[in-house]
Amino acid sequence: MLLIPCPWCGPRDEAEFHYGGQAHVAYPADPAALTDEEWARYLFFRDNPMGPFSERWNHTSGCRRWFTVTRDTTTNAITPETSR
Amino acid sequence: MTRRDREVLSFTFDGRPYEGRQGDTLAAALLANGVRRVATSVTLGRPRGIFGAWTEDPTAVVQIDRPFPEPMVQATTIPLHDGLAASSLAGRGRLSPDPDPARYDATHAHCDVLVVGAGPAGLTAALNAARAGARVILADDRPEVGGSLPDTGEPVEGRPGVEWARAAAGSYVALPDTRLLTRTSVVGYYDHNYLVAVERRGERAVTRERVWRIRAGRVVLATGAHERPIAFAGNDLPGVMLASAARAYVNRYGVVPGRRAAVFTTGGGSGDAAHDAARDLAAAGVEIAEIVDARQGGLVTGVRGDGEVRAVLIGRPGGPAREVEADLLLVSGGWNPVVHLFAQAGGELRYDDRIAAFVPGRPPEGGQSVQVIGAARGVFTTAGCVAEGLAATSPPDLPSTVTRSSRESRVPVDASAPGDAPAREDAGPSGEAGAQPLWLVPADDYTTHFVDLQRDVTVADLQGATSAGLRSVEHVKRYTTAGTAHDQGKTSGTLTSAVIAHLLGVDVGALGTTTFRAPYVPVSFATLAGRDRGALHDPVRVTAMHDRHVERNAVFENVGQWKRPRYYPLPGEDMEAAVLRECRAVREAAGVLDASTLGKIDVRGPDAAELLDRLYTNMISTLKVGAIRYGVMCRADGMVFDDGTVIRLAPDHFLVTTTTGNAAAVLDWMEEWLQTEWPDLRARCTSVTEQWATVALAGPGSRAVLAALAPALAVDAESFPFMTWRDTEVAGIEARVCRISFSGELAYEINVSWWYGQALWDAVLATGTVTPYGTEAMHVLRAEKGYPIIGQDTDGTVTPADLGMDWIVSKKKPDFVGKRSHARADTARPDRRRLVGLLPEDPDVLLPEGGQVISTGHLPPPPVPMLGHVTSSYRSAALGRTFALALVAGGGNRLGDRLYVPVNDTLIPVTVAHHVLYDPESTRRDG
Repeated sequence: MLLIPCPWCGPRDEAEFHYGGQAHVAYPADPAALTDEEWARYLFFRDNPMGPFSERWNHTSGCRRWFTVTRDTTTNAITPETSR
Repeated sequence: MTRRDREVLSFTFDGRPYEGRQGDTLAAALLANGVRRVATSVTLGRPRGIFGAWTEDPTAVVQIDRPFPEPMVQATTIPLHDGLAASSLAGRGRLSPDPDPARYDATHAHCDVLVVGAGPAGLTAALNAARAGARVILADDRPEVGGSLPDTGEPVEGRPGVEWARAAAGSYVALPDTRLLTRTSVVGYYDHNYLVAVERRGERAVTRERVWRIRAGRVVLATGAHERPIAFAGNDLPGVMLASAARAYVNRYGVVPGRRAAVFTTGGGSGDAAHDAARDLAAAGVEIAEIVDARQGGLVTGVRGDGEVRAVLIGRPGGPAREVEADLLLVSGGWNPVVHLFAQAGGELRYDDRIAAFVPGRPPEGGQSVQVIGAARGVFTTAGCVAEGLAATSPPDLPSTVTRSSRESRVPVDASAPGDAPAREDAGPSGEAGAQPLWLVPADDYTTHFVDLQRDVTVADLQGATSAGLRSVEHVKRYTTAGTAHDQGKTSGTLTSAVIAHLLGVDVGALGTTTFRAPYVPVSFATLAGRDRGALHDPVRVTAMHDRHVERNAVFENVGQWKRPRYYPLPGEDMEAAVLRECRAVREAAGVLDASTLGKIDVRGPDAAELLDRLYTNMISTLKVGAIRYGVMCRADGMVFDDGTVIRLAPDHFLVTTTTGNAAAVLDWMEEWLQTEWPDLRARCTSVTEQWATVALAGPGSRAVLAALAPALAVDAESFPFMTWRDTEVAGIEARVCRISFSGELAYEINVSWWYGQALWDAVLATGTVTPYGTEAMHVLRAEKGYPIIGQDTDGTVTPADLGMDWIVSKKKPDFVGKRSHARADTARPDRRRLVGLLPEDPDVLLPEGGQVISTGHLPPPPVPMLGHVTSSYRSAALGRTFALALVAGGGNRLGDRLYVPVNDTLIPVTVAHHVLYDPESTRRDG
């Protein structure tokens, strides 16, 4: 059970959150301008690093806000990434 | 209190009555009664006795019959109580067919320091931390504190050990913010210092067992060590017992486990512990026949006895054996630090040659903060353990972690750091005398040299595994099952690794151990379930009209957490008859459906229209106030995610409905886009599902019914056309009436405050002209009209075009979520599976939902080319026949084709039809 630092509510049990996958994957500014492959990369391709990973969490059972943390996938050490 | 002063308790074992004493375990009471054979082994059917004295015991696994059946419990851990009935097992237990009447619950706890184990090290650490002002939880799986002190009778700081331990515990609990949990096993160590413990509160307690979920600032593991067996021929025979266990039976329980004992020790790790045990047994009146010390070249090569030990064979492998009469053989193969929780936390183990065992090595990283002290890291003297307890929780070490605010960062502590060198010196001569590891006694035949007594795994089995080419302990474990079940490596782990290393000719430290996983001791599902059983398993959501549905004998179906009436059978009606009647009523007169469970989201703000334009495939911003539009949402991959209606209440105010099951997901979806991609949009979304009760009034008679109930409302088609809404009073209740239809009939949805839902329902039915219908009839009616149900007719691979709804996808909007995906080559393929109707050629044959659709009238050899599958299938009153909806490759181009649906051994011929089978011109709906 991870202890996840919600920037609004403080550290809370993982059970209160939903995982949102890799962070910093922005919706393309002009999807129509992308090739099928570029669009597929946006839709389906995500990093899977061994080590620090920026990822999104949503505090669904709390303030319902999205935020970003860095989690080390080998140790589960979490450091806050977004400030409020 | 001596044994004879304790209360007498009656119990039965295998149906025979016995007496034991208060404070006994079942195993202690059985030994006191001379019962030595208590189980039969799981695969070999060999007699098994009592090998250990606590959770390390691998053999005395029994069935509890009364007070409530519980399978496979260690007799060494069952507190004896009056009326207990237990029986022996042959490996597998029996579950009760009845629900467990006992109560189980769970609680959460937070602390600065969690100390696991209340022996000399743990008690000292907990007391010291509490004195420094920390919030402390001390948990120990025994009924009383002191760890092994009651087993050994050793003194501490000049006082009798048991007395010292009670005094220390007394001082500890008197301090503020301390909690002492006895009979509490910490079974799991998870991420970020989250631990799970199970408290066994006893048969008389209101709550029989309680799960503790503990988040600790810091964890101190003082979990002690387990003595381990030696592999020799017949080392599983009842009468063979760990030396420490025999000592525990004598000193803790006042039970003498035999009359004449031999001792077989390697002297490993524990120094003279086996000799101390022999001394204590002798003092209790047990005759010590011989002490065989491997350090002096002595070996026990086997035991003799039919069902239990009668004699011990002493000698050299292959040489002549000397037979020594004895009914008890104490074995001491060294000590294994209890590293389970440390390893679960992610700590690495290292092999320590001095004690021939695995000890904590590199501590875990990340959010764990754990320290191991005392015997759990190989310090085997009482004085050394006390010193470790003090060092672990003394300033300046402590203050950095003693924080009232859990937001402050924690300093990870090296598990082996504090006082590492001094502690070794403290250990002293009797603590860690040069261990001479002896793992197995050489022999020609290894088929009764057991390394795992519970799983019947022998050295011969390990030979088989390594001969088969297995080189990893993990593989050997899975091949032989060594270390599984109750034991979890407690007695078998190090021995198994060492024997495998010996067979492979590698270093045991390099070979390592198997992975330690929770739970440390067995935990029943009833305990984990706690109070989340039966009606409390999941919340049940009911609508404002629920009592009325019950009164009408509705048969309910679960839709998410909602209870929805599926149909309302009249006396003598089955489901088919009821649904046909309800459908006919809607098509020919008027029906009423409780539609309150549909998700409702209030969307407000200057940019609300823009937000909805980006999320729905069609244009929402052009919707006029007072009007309603049907909308479809897609995921970014272009696949249909949800559908519903959007009604515009004001230029900056919308109410959108979702499918019942998707209400929360759609709100989350809107929030995600608003927060993460479009934070500039001024719009807010609020769930109002439970604020509005909704009644769907459908059928050609619905206009007259509404007119009677809402005299102020102009209900004629011109004043109140399809896809508009009006605020009015219905049956005297403030209401919003939406003219929408999910049945294809003239229909209205009447929304009132949830509080008035039942009053509205009653008023509609009081007209006497309206038939209540359930979700099954609703499904049939919408399917006749070709309306898909998201999640039934779709599965996350279906685009709006696949559903025949190209018209819902805007060509004008520059973008909406999913638009780019609709232009992908794959989503533009003409042979995609499309929604079609299927009419079985025999109008009485009902196709099974999920049935595959093929093109040939015979089954070709596999793989059979499959065109698609049936998504919905019903018997229709309006069509006078059965029909189905299906997703079929190239669907629209196959109208009129004959296809086949295999059902069991026959191929059912069907004709492909347009998916709208009822009123395709929508004159009934729009009139």
